Amino acid sequence: MIALLKRDLALAVRAGGGFGLGLAFFLIVITLVPFGVGPDTGLLGRIAPGIVWVAALLAALLSLDRIFALDHEDGSLPLLATSPLPLEGVALIKGLAHWITTGLPLTIVAPVLGFLLNLDTAAFPWLLASLALGTPALSMIGAFGAALTVGLRRGGLLMSLLVLPLYVPTLIFGALVVARGAEGFSTHMPLLMLAGITAGVFALMPFATAAALRINLR
Amino acid sequence: MSIWEYANPKKFIATTTPILPWLTGAAIATLVVGLIWGFFFTPEAANFGASVKIFFVHVPSAMMAINAWAMMLVASLIWVIRRHHVSALAARAAAPIGMVFTLIALFTGAVWGQPTWGTWWEWDPRLTSFLILFLFYLGYIALWEAIEDPDTAADLTAVLCMVGSVFAILSRYAVKFWGQGLHQDSTIAKVGERDPLHASYYLPALICMAAFVLIFVALVLIRTQTEIRARRIRALEARMRA
Repeated sequence: MIALLKRDLALAVRAGGGFGLGLAFFLIVITLVPFGVGPDTGLLGRIAPGIVWVAALLAALLSLDRIFALDHEDGSLPLLATSPLPLEGVALIKGLAHWITTGLPLTIVAPVLGFLLNLDTAAFPWLLASLALGTPALSMIGAFGAALTVGLRRGGLLMSLLVLPLYVPTLIFGALVVARGAEGFSTHMPLLMLAGITAGVFALMPFATAAALRINLR
Repeated sequence: MSIWEYANPKKFIATTTPILPWLTGAAIATLVVGLIWGFFFTPEAANFGASVKIFFVHVPSAMMAINAWAMMLVASLIWVIRRHHVSALAARAAAPIGMVFTLIALFTGAVWGQPTWGTWWEWDPRLTSFLILFLFYLGYIALWEAIEDPDTAADLTAVLCMVGSVFAILSRYAVKFWGQGLHQDSTIAKVGERDPLHASYYLPALICMAAFVLIFVALVLIRTQTEIRARRIRALEARMRA
């Protein structure tokens, strides 16, 4: 499993594998929002939690089709399926590798972008915490969407249609943590719910992802 | 003799064809009776005016929008567990109908909300979860359309339906934390409590609900038959080419 993780990470970092791409996309989306809504700092500060979360979600979505599509094209996916490692384990590792290459850098960069959007400094720890807890769920749900559409030649648009509604609960609680943190309210409940979603997704989604992969590899 | 005999497509068509005219007739009759009774022979509500009569379309279609998804979930489970093709086709047949019911519920809700709440749309938990349900239907139908091999499509959409159900329920409760509710709670379940549905509304409402259930069943049967026949034609064409 660790070998597979290392392989995926190396592939993502080296061959122009979209490692920085998601991050750059995140930056661009957040830069564009003030052009759209105007430079009013009060308004920007109020909508910042939502903007950061939606941008993170879109950045994760952008690189989802890489999770399985490249392996499917060069034929390494059937090899992985017949290897001694169960396909559920492969799915888990793929989701994890996607998180390390997109979700983790996003989380680290997010506070800097929080300054750009005039987010209340009291909310910065909550922004970090919510992204660190929530983005793994985005990657794992995305791996499921990628597994569903891996056999299709142009599945990218369809995949976003399938995956985005599944992101709703994560987005709600993630943005709620930051918004409550900015206003100085207790963030206990949404934070626990977010952690619960991530834990549940990591426990169950590998099975659904592996099932979808098996159907597509038949 | 077991219920699984009807999973045979031939037996399914042979059994449902004689039932269908009666079912369709009953659906039309209950709908006409329920709507005419509801529209013309019930009093106007004190705080709603005549707009309360949207109730007789809005509530049954909202109910069926959820029930259609539940039926798709059951049909998908049967397909995954017992591999009956009719079941997968029934799930496929139900999806567009459920989507139309969701649209009707959203549209009548907007028309009703305008005079009573003063707004067409409000980001209220109930309204929002219906919009999300609509997106789920869209994704489900799009996945069916996108995959060529019918068995692969049936398997993948069944997996999507199961995962989607979990997330639909999760979203339903997640939006409750996120917005203030403007929509009232279900009135049908509260009959007998304080501020219940007025007695003169109860019977026509029930008839309308029965009508929507009958319409749904009749449409699903028709569409499933169509899907079976379309698949037969495709199989015949493939055989002729070979």
